[in-house]
Amino acid sequence: MEPFRTVRSVATPLDKINVDTDQIVPKQFLKLVQRSGFGKYLFYDWRYESVEGGSGGASVVPRPDFVLNHPRYKGSAILVTGENFGCGSSREHAVWALADYGFRAVIAPSFADIFYNNCFKNGVLPVTLERGEVRDMLKFGGDIEVDLKAGEVRMYSPGSTAGPSHVARFEMEPHRRTVLLEGLDEIAQTLKYEKKISEFERKSGLAESAIPSLPPDKPLRA
Amino acid sequence: MAQNASTLFEKIWDSHEVLRNGADGPSLLYVDRHMVHEVTSPQAFEGLRANSRKVRRPGLTVATMDHNVPTTPGERRLPMADQTSDLQVRTLEENCREFGIRLFGMGSPDQGIVHVIGPQLGITLPGATIVCGDSHTSTHGAFGALAFGIGTSDVEHVLASQTVWMQKPKSLEIMIRGRMSGPRAVTAKDVILYVIRKIGTDGGAGHVAEYRGEAVSDMSMEQRMTICNMSIEAGARAGLVAPDEKTFEYLRGRTYTPENYEEMVNVWEKTLRTDSKASFAKRYEIDAGRIAPQVSWGTNPGMTCDVTEAVPDPAEYGDGDKSREDSARKALQYMGLEPGTPMTEIPLDRVFIGSCTNARLEDLIEASRAVRGRKIARGVSAMVVPGSQAVKRSAEEMGLDVIFKDAGFEWRESGCSMCLGMNPDILMPGERCASTSNRNFEGRQGAGGRTHLASPVMAAAAAVNGHFVDVREMDMQDGAV
Repeated sequence: MEPFRTVRSVATPLDKINVDTDQIVPKQFLKLVQRSGFGKYLFYDWRYESVEGGSGGASVVPRPDFVLNHPRYKGSAILVTGENFGCGSSREHAVWALADYGFRAVIAPSFADIFYNNCFKNGVLPVTLERGEVRDMLKFGGDIEVDLKAGEVRMYSPGSTAGPSHVARFEMEPHRRTVLLEGLDEIAQTLKYEKKISEFERKSGLAESAIPSLPPDKPLRA
Repeated sequence: MAQNASTLFEKIWDSHEVLRNGADGPSLLYVDRHMVHEVTSPQAFEGLRANSRKVRRPGLTVATMDHNVPTTPGERRLPMADQTSDLQVRTLEENCREFGIRLFGMGSPDQGIVHVIGPQLGITLPGATIVCGDSHTSTHGAFGALAFGIGTSDVEHVLASQTVWMQKPKSLEIMIRGRMSGPRAVTAKDVILYVIRKIGTDGGAGHVAEYRGEAVSDMSMEQRMTICNMSIEAGARAGLVAPDEKTFEYLRGRTYTPENYEEMVNVWEKTLRTDSKASFAKRYEIDAGRIAPQVSWGTNPGMTCDVTEAVPDPAEYGDGDKSREDSARKALQYMGLEPGTPMTEIPLDRVFIGSCTNARLEDLIEASRAVRGRKIARGVSAMVVPGSQAVKRSAEEMGLDVIFKDAGFEWRESGCSMCLGMNPDILMPGERCASTSNRNFEGRQGAGGRTHLASPVMAAAAAVNGHFVDVREMDMQDGAV
């Protein structure tokens, strides 16, 4: 995984609460067997008209009123949105779509748990800020800078060459912070604890209520 | 003693913690049961291959195909008409063969929705940790298991290490006091929709919910699965019910019930409950007697009202919260509804009885009571999609298929079907559907489709009337033909 580096760009404001992962990437695009190429399906039903059965084909046109289609936000790497972002389905495709599109950070007052967790596996930083600060950022026209090392989100007023007009601070659990900053392969990290896992299996296997493997003498009936 | 008192969730968590990364850091949790399906697993297996890793404990993992499979009788064979689905299904078959994982494939008599077959086969067990790349894994919490959905990267992580990293959630109590009014008319589905409506779609975020109280003790295992299933719709990481004799009895003698099951039960009876002095980080209390049959009107499960109510006014619904008001306004626009319209006067096009929320045998029995001897309304098309092949067989032995078919329902093969429309079962743009599934998100059942969530008996009654009715006032008949 790519290490997370400080990112600065215009922030795309998606002023909605409870954005579910069905909206982030609709089900018809979950049938791919690879991780790449989901960016073109991001917010598909909001981004394009005449959708069902479409797969980026010629009959599909961008909806001019949807924020991602606004030229101003082209190349934006930061999404700012409302409460409970990423609720619903566990589909990691939602994060793959955000990352593939180019978003490196998502700022919201709160995130759904599974989505939040999935972000860290893909180098996307979810930043939780106070609702009032997020509201300001939704209306803000300037650049936003997200600095994980410093735990800061900095707002730069348009046209100003001075320092940030506002700095918001955020907390990040240290283990997760490290995973992002160093771009660690989590499985490789975990497998370093192989001995502990084996020891756990041995000990817990002794308990009367230990959950056993499925009996190998009962194969498939089909 | 008091300071060591723990909730059921904490007990299961503690007994599965391999290690913790720092005092407040995430824990490495051991996984007892891992369930896999075709949609969220291909990239995980590919990751294993790319890194030359193997599956650590294939004997703790099972797979099935449920999301993409056609439910039309006669269509369940390869190659499937949809080439991308066909590839996903074949990929799962190949991956299971290569990595030695038990698969209940499309032709297996044990195939079904992953959250229906786990309990039915005795794979789900009390006190176990259960994960699956699917948010409705919370269903298995009905058995007193800690069960939660994970993303594909974590599916790969569990395959490789039989563990998963997780920040410890807090304990949430959802106390459902009293008894439900209108026996068999107000169901577990109404309870959980009412809970979500009251606590919000993020009311359980960061928490594991334990459902307690008389109303929960009274529920069958099927009903408990329905409430635990939709815990995720309230934002909870998982939902739990402490196991009791009903739980233990349900799992006796199933295909994969362990040989020493009774010894396990003896331990579980003593350990798998929340201590009386344990404290919950958050509590909600619901009076079961106040719950009427529920119907959703909006585009998330919290946007729900009593069937006797009308479509709300967005400003009133927002109650001073501009974002909430805006979301209600957009929802009504999407749903094509006007504030003030009685819920019983909204005409329906489709009815879907199915999904991991409500496609078990008891759900189909309850739905059949509203259908027996009746015909579905003109202009409505309706289908029943049993949760598994075993549910389908049992229902057919009881003659339920005949009741539904006589009324004009389609009787299908098992799968996720129109809950999320990854297979050919979808709504057309603008079509309005009464659905026993779990999500009324925009486009969930098909782009432009409009979903109203309800219980099986409410959906069935809506099919015969062409609109929702208050099933408390409907004559219903038991028994098969």
